Amino acid sequence: MKRVLLIVVLLLLALGGWWMFHGGAKQPVSQAASKVDAATLKDPARIAKGEYLATIGDCASCHTQQGGARYAGGRVLPTPFGNIPAPNITPDRETGLGDWSFEDFWQALHSGKGRHGELLYPVFSYTSFTKVTRDDALAMFAYLQSLTPVHQPAKSPSLEFPYNVRNGLNAWRALYFHEGEYQPDTSKSAAWNRGAYLVQGLGHCNECHAPRDALGGQQSNGSLAGGQIPSQNWYAPDLSTQANGGLAGWSEQDIVDLLKTGQSARGTAFGPMAEVVARSTQHMQDDDVRAIATYLQSLPPRAPVAEQKSPLDLRPILAQGAKIYAERCADCHGKDGNGVAGIYPPLNGNSSVNEPTGINAMRVVLLGGFAPVTAGNPRPYSMPPFAQQLSDSDVAAVVTYIRQTWSNKAPLVQERDVIMYRHTPID
Amino acid sequence: MKALSAKLWQAGRIVAASMLMMALACAGVAHAQDAQHPPIPDTLQQRIAACTACHGVHGEGTPESGFFPRLAGKPAGYLARQLKDFQDGLRKYGPMEYTVRYLSPEYMREIAEYFAAQDVPYSRSPMPRLSADALKRGETLVAHGDPSRQIPACSACHGSQLTGVQPDIPGLVGLPYDYISSQLGSWRTKTRATVAPDCMSEIANRLSESDISAVSAWLAGRELPADMHAQPAGSVTPPLHCGVLGDKGDGA
Repeated sequence: MKRVLLIVVLLLLALGGWWMFHGGAKQPVSQAASKVDAATLKDPARIAKGEYLATIGDCASCHTQQGGARYAGGRVLPTPFGNIPAPNITPDRETGLGDWSFEDFWQALHSGKGRHGELLYPVFSYTSFTKVTRDDALAMFAYLQSLTPVHQPAKSPSLEFPYNVRNGLNAWRALYFHEGEYQPDTSKSAAWNRGAYLVQGLGHCNECHAPRDALGGQQSNGSLAGGQIPSQNWYAPDLSTQANGGLAGWSEQDIVDLLKTGQSARGTAFGPMAEVVARSTQHMQDDDVRAIATYLQSLPPRAPVAEQKSPLDLRPILAQGAKIYAERCADCHGKDGNGVAGIYPPLNGNSSVNEPTGINAMRVVLLGGFAPVTAGNPRPYSMPPFAQQLSDSDVAAVVTYIRQTWSNKAPLVQERDVIMYRHTPID
Repeated sequence: MKALSAKLWQAGRIVAASMLMMALACAGVAHAQDAQHPPIPDTLQQRIAACTACHGVHGEGTPESGFFPRLAGKPAGYLARQLKDFQDGLRKYGPMEYTVRYLSPEYMREIAEYFAAQDVPYSRSPMPRLSADALKRGETLVAHGDPSRQIPACSACHGSQLTGVQPDIPGLVGLPYDYISSQLGSWRTKTRATVAPDCMSEIANRLSESDISAVSAWLAGRELPADMHAQPAGSVTPPLHCGVLGDKGDGA
């Protein structure tokens, strides 16, 4: 019933959107008519700057498929509304951006519209990229146009009705999209503003680190308050370093270490964040990483979460968990849960252990894996996967134990949760 | 003058030695403070716990079930290629793809060399009951192939003793029946592939299903040669073009 109602509402909005905006279709700006001349796009300094910006914006992550040519697209991004493949952004004339002018590119990045004015699906994070400055966008465009063209046709999105009606996005945009470049806060330092620009804009951190509602939108822009990543099933923790924040107690250096090397005294990047570190943040200039840390440290304290009393008698579960922990985990993470500096992350006070859902801890126990390889940590240590060795009940017990021991006070997880994440696809 | 410089040299050595001893003593203290944990060895073996949890500390695999393949003693180039193929999604198995996704080529090479250098005894695995005719067919395919279907002999690439060829061709003896037959099957279902031209995919698709059982059973049941090491590099001329061998070969 709820779904039918949702479809009706979206349909009405789509119709309204079509009525109001059907004149929105536009002709692309040809390269000849562009206000940006060829020499501007061929300037080596601008191309180099664009390469750096495209790296720290992590464009390649979505626009490259597993084992595929860089920036040639094809990676299929799963969303609750359907699967959307990322397009080819190399300058191939038929299948990429070869015929695009800077005006076309700016319209996509800044306004979330394709070359012909069609509304883009917000899986392309234009809700964040709209904050990118025109100069930075021009540098990135110059860089992308300097790549070797790769002929790789785009796959089609597989969205079901009503989500395949692009004009329905008019309604979505009215609710969630605030177009406009980043406006510096003159009461704050240059470093803070640079950090805010990178975090809210190009770095698009909120795309994972903020909660989404049923329509996939984010109510409070720029909250960084943590959220479950839809369809991927990882939890991107809250990024406040102050009281009750996900990163409570993290120093500037801890943030810098995690982004540059993949691990810090407080935790190690894994899952989607391992990818972000490996491909993107480890390549950031020191000033930029420090600026991000400065900005994150200014995020406000969070409201305390009321401790949930479980109706279950947890004593047998905790006893089972303690036994497994002593046998399987303590050699590396320590009886005190504090890990080994520079090698194994602490579990005590770890944001990913204590996040509200328990997904991260369950999945890390099941999957194990390496810390990301970075220039600062080229031969990382790793964690064994326990999917083959521990039953659902054992995983639930040991995860509940680590979430409720030492300083940790997170809710329990149950066998039924483990069953679900044991079968979550890995990509 | 000479005597003076000799004395200075000796004094310098004493100072250096005592500084070294002090440094060692300090390191000892730092270590004692870490008493919460057994010390974590700075070894590759310790670093790759994610690999050895399933494949064994020495890459011995699980021969009784055949589920986690043996890695020990396989040629390093072959192992490094498999890691890359999992990374690129050419070879499909979720847990492996996840584990190796962000490893660098250098680190994968080092891990491959670790397992290639392991020398652990081979063990026998359970075998299906196959007719004598089927085993004879298996032996024929291994030693001579089937020219009528353009199937080359296994030994033409994998070595006269079927123990593999350095640095890229794995051995076929000492592997469980389940492992060999499932690999041949996965080349047909495209869950195992490699860089083009993928010669093993071509061969697996020319084999019939009964051929796959026959050849897997004969290989798994074969007495192991005394020397299980791979033959030296360049000692075979592959009859097909193979991407994994840098496309060397006569073609067929």
